[in-house]
Amino acid sequence: MNKPETLPDLQPDPQPDPQPELQPVVGRSLPHESAHLHVSGAAPYTDDLPEPAGTLHAALGLSPVAHGTLLGIDLDRIRQQPGVVAVLTAADIAGENNCGPLLHDDPILAGTQLSYVGQPVFAVIATGRELARRAAALARQVIRFEPLPAVLTALDAHAAGQYVLPPMHLTRGEPAAHLPTAPHRLQGRWSLGGQEQFYLEGQISLAVPQEGGEGLLVHCSTQHPSEMQQLVAHAVGWHAHRVTVQCRRMGGGFGGKESQSALFACVAAVAALKLKRPVKLRLDRDDDFLITGRRHGFDYRWDVGFDDDGRILAAEIDLISNAGHSADLSAPVMARALCHFDNAYWLPHVAMHGYCARTNTQSNTAFRGFGGPQGAIAIEMILDGVARRLGLDGAEVRRRNFYAAGQDMTPYGQQVQELHAQPLTAQLLASSRYTERRAEIAAFNAASRVLKKGLAFTPVKFGISFNVAHLNQAGALVHVYTDGSVLVNHGGTEMGQGLNTKVAQVVAHELGLPLARVRCSATDTSKVANTSATAASTGSDLNGKAAQDAARKIKARLAAFAAERFGCATELVSFSGGEVSGGGQSLPFDDLVAAAYLKRIQLWSDGFYATPGLHWDKARLHGHPFYYYAWGGAVCEALVDTLTGESRITRADLLHDVGTSLNPALDVGQIEGGFIQGMGWLTMEELVWHPTSGLLTTHAPSTYKIPTANDCPTEFRTELFGVANASETIHRSKAVGEPPLLLGFAALLAIKDACAAAGPEGCDPPLRAPATAEAVLDAIDAVR
Amino acid sequence: MNTRQHHRPVRFFHRGEVVEIGHLPPTTTVLQYLREHAGCTGTKEGCAEGDCGACTVIQGELGADGQLSLCNVNACTQFLPTLDGRALLTVEDLGGPEQLNPAQQALVDCHGSQCGFCTPGFVMTLTACYEAHQAAGTRPDRQALADAISGNLCRCTGYRPILDAGERMFDAPARLLDRAPIAAALNALAADEPLVYQHAGVRFHAPQSLPDLALLREAYPKATLLAGSTDVGLWVNKQFRDLGDVIYTGRVPALREIRREGDALWIGAAATLEDAWAALAGAVPRLRELWLRFASPPVRHAGTLGGNIANGSPIGDGAPALIALGADIVLRRGEQQRRLPLQDFYLDYMKKDLQPGEFVEALHVPLPSPHWQFSAHKIAKRHDSDISAVCAVLGLRLDGGVVREARFAFGGMAGIVKRAAAAEAAVVGQPWSEAAAKAAADALAQDFKPLSDMRASAGYRLRVAQNLFTKLWLETGAGAVAPVGIWPSLQGVTA
Repeated sequence: MNKPETLPDLQPDPQPDPQPELQPVVGRSLPHESAHLHVSGAAPYTDDLPEPAGTLHAALGLSPVAHGTLLGIDLDRIRQQPGVVAVLTAADIAGENNCGPLLHDDPILAGTQLSYVGQPVFAVIATGRELARRAAALARQVIRFEPLPAVLTALDAHAAGQYVLPPMHLTRGEPAAHLPTAPHRLQGRWSLGGQEQFYLEGQISLAVPQEGGEGLLVHCSTQHPSEMQQLVAHAVGWHAHRVTVQCRRMGGGFGGKESQSALFACVAAVAALKLKRPVKLRLDRDDDFLITGRRHGFDYRWDVGFDDDGRILAAEIDLISNAGHSADLSAPVMARALCHFDNAYWLPHVAMHGYCARTNTQSNTAFRGFGGPQGAIAIEMILDGVARRLGLDGAEVRRRNFYAAGQDMTPYGQQVQELHAQPLTAQLLASSRYTERRAEIAAFNAASRVLKKGLAFTPVKFGISFNVAHLNQAGALVHVYTDGSVLVNHGGTEMGQGLNTKVAQVVAHELGLPLARVRCSATDTSKVANTSATAASTGSDLNGKAAQDAARKIKARLAAFAAERFGCATELVSFSGGEVSGGGQSLPFDDLVAAAYLKRIQLWSDGFYATPGLHWDKARLHGHPFYYYAWGGAVCEALVDTLTGESRITRADLLHDVGTSLNPALDVGQIEGGFIQGMGWLTMEELVWHPTSGLLTTHAPSTYKIPTANDCPTEFRTELFGVANASETIHRSKAVGEPPLLLGFAALLAIKDACAAAGPEGCDPPLRAPATAEAVLDAIDAVR
Repeated sequence: MNTRQHHRPVRFFHRGEVVEIGHLPPTTTVLQYLREHAGCTGTKEGCAEGDCGACTVIQGELGADGQLSLCNVNACTQFLPTLDGRALLTVEDLGGPEQLNPAQQALVDCHGSQCGFCTPGFVMTLTACYEAHQAAGTRPDRQALADAISGNLCRCTGYRPILDAGERMFDAPARLLDRAPIAAALNALAADEPLVYQHAGVRFHAPQSLPDLALLREAYPKATLLAGSTDVGLWVNKQFRDLGDVIYTGRVPALREIRREGDALWIGAAATLEDAWAALAGAVPRLRELWLRFASPPVRHAGTLGGNIANGSPIGDGAPALIALGADIVLRRGEQQRRLPLQDFYLDYMKKDLQPGEFVEALHVPLPSPHWQFSAHKIAKRHDSDISAVCAVLGLRLDGGVVREARFAFGGMAGIVKRAAAAEAAVVGQPWSEAAAKAAADALAQDFKPLSDMRASAGYRLRVAQNLFTKLWLETGAGAVAPVGIWPSLQGVTA
């Protein structure tokens, strides 16, 4: 279709490297390893894999009621539908009917209890996907149930003392003693909505029986292949070694495919083994919304004491999360929320109480930040209120509360090592002209009747590592083939973050090769075993180190071999630019590898990494859970229409700490994408459940609105902080997946600041999140 | 025409050749065809309702002038037989990983893909944008690019690098799609008989003249009338509704016409939303915001204003504008034409004054005299591609500072789109002042008792609708210069 003869000679970089093979591979803005495949539609996702002959398709019949007792299902009616091959219920699950990652409280298919509208009750297996969906859509007509009273909101559940887990308490100092004596007191309640991951690729699994039914291969869009392997094995009653789970790439995950890909993998697996045929289960978007959980919405009650300068003296806070019908990951999400209420601030006396409310809704789960955002935003709302109460600038009040030397101990007992908040904030406030713009905005607001502007700064401190020490381990396999090409496999999964690119860069760097010589293959439980989820931002920290370890083992063997040939000491052998050199001699890497093979030197290796120095007392919520912290800051400007409540972020300045970047382009992509996602959560992405039926009424992109290009700030500036990580991480880089999401706080607070401009001096508009036009108008009308 | 005409396969241009399909149900979507039957998995399904853009493809057709036009549409809501006589271009047509086109190369260079799932859709939208601007010798600014990609959702990047790529693709030496073979194939297909496609006892008719359409409509009054498929597609994808026989209006040239008729615009019922809104905003510049915010470009390229009006949803944004402009709806049954004010067409929630065998032929929109001033508002959770909580088009005819006539049309406030009679009465005959605007706002509470739903509460709907009268005053009263609002689409627009 195109005219090849007019093909332009496009260069990938504005200033192309004269000899790219001599440039360092680590630290460069190299494109995503699949970028050329993404843009040509040639990067296969699970649904793009060729279907094996005889593949059947599954669809799920969903509970029509928020709470009830299942009396029966008219399965015959479903079986009579066109194309239907089988209908499966809980009784067909040979092993354990559970896909809960921590507690065993999450049925794959409902047993006798119906726990939320949308819960999978039966699975239809048909010759085609549309036929399966049409039959499954009869669920409302074929499911017989006795309704029970439903609890639909976290506050109702909290009032009833109904939780998925025992409450968690974390106290430092004596807040009860210091609250009454504080010069000022701020008490408040606040409500924060949840957030749908909205990965563009919906949940999907394809289960293919192997070895005459003795084995099973599951292609699954998942962040956690090892857990999928275990849960599938439990569901079918097998040992894990009979199940292989593979994932080459996901069309987005954001936490939504950490635990909650399991239900679909299990259903496909159970059906495939029962019918002895491949079975694919790909969810329709509406079903994906209705079945799976998302970021927990939180409700807060706080009581804070502070001095005349706005310094927090004592704080007590209840954090009530909407866990949904089961525990899923609600416990570690709440633990991370409690460990992030401090954000970047020294809180001398503090008590936090976490409640995971059990409601008859989808079971909420991981989503980028994993409770951290829900913890940290509370203190930001509090400090915003403190500043307004005292008539002080919000940025100034924040700076007075930052962790500092001697005031550097977190409430959970970890000392904050890198005190980046002050210098980072100073740099950002200067580069964004914060002070000057404050004055400009005040002048604009004084002259503008309907439109008002607002400005806000918020910082981020985010703990890096899984809060549970044992999860902080990773493995990798590196193969050097006899032609000198390299294949890397590791336990991490690629969901767009560029993990494979970074890991390939690390391995290429170790072996002194250009990046093109190193490829990463699909994540596969039969290659690297017992992996942790690609989550908690740890992907490149853990897998980069594991791959480096593997590459170094091979390098050591090759160096010893080369030293022998060169007649020099092993330490003098170096790998660079595709050459191996030492003692004044040099050899192409390929030639050395070919020669090493003939000398029977092992050219592949495993690698392993475990993050050092972590410990965590789960009962006391105390210890050293994080290897280090990632820091950042955002300044946002908002424009608000005080007649309609419509708002827009007109400018955002982001400054974020990624240590020494492995790949600045990928890191900037994570920072900007995380910011926009956080902004979307807090400004427009609203989840609405029907107040009596419990149906999620925002179950598709027609009703659930994530940001589009026009929601991107007109002026959008992102910079990297550029200080090496003090901890010994992979090339002194820092994790970047989750922390930038918290930069979005500044968007919400800028809108709040604009709302305040519609009211009298010193007013504090009660703005809830998400700050939809309705929420904004409510806040304005409350202070106008 | 003989309504018992012989049926034939669907014939369209795809992957460099004319493809014939005779074995698939007529409600097979273009996306299902691509992924499940043609082995083209580059086009993705993200939502199957035209809201995410992952399935964006380019559709080509010959215009009345014989020129090939290309535009991006959502493959997930288009039924395969609507491709008859047209061309389908997907990401697979652009040259592969080794021969990237300017849009693809710019996306790679600007780091515009992360997970990559939405990327083929962006590639097709950017390619359509590139083709259109190259053909016109223009270059879009960043705002125009953001508007162009507003129907494509990306959850990873935050869009900045995609907008960068949209700018950078014009820096490369021009490299355009080869239109000649497409145009040649479509010219050859133009000789085909009008499509009658039959499968499993149901028929899909694509008549090519108004009399044929009228005849078919009378012969099959229960058939589903299909225009842009942006809503009917969802009946099938999401509600599993059985459409029965289908009569497609998209191949009737007379129905797609937009023309000036004296002091009025004649907008054929099958004119696309994009063309119809361009004409409306050309006549009344204040409608530009509604145009840009009326669904996404791919939906506007497929959907029709006639379909939006005939559908009769209380939250459609077409009716408030047309009712405020005093438009008539033109209905046809056989050879008989019936014309009535659009405001009388809507009887009750989803009930219309439409007889069996009758269909919407056109909208007749009087062009307002210079005495008329308009204020138009869409209140939603998101600027782009969102359904209005409230849509209001408020019109005033002023004479010497006195309101002589008012048309205040609201969507989202009742079971149908309707005028606010009490609010209008409060201002007609009064000097136009802020006090009069306040009186209209107060009276509005008598006009509407809105509902609460996932888009907004009843209280907010009424409150914001009342506040819009303040805006009307600020935009049309003494000293008014420009629309009052926060959106860039308002820049340079006068009331």
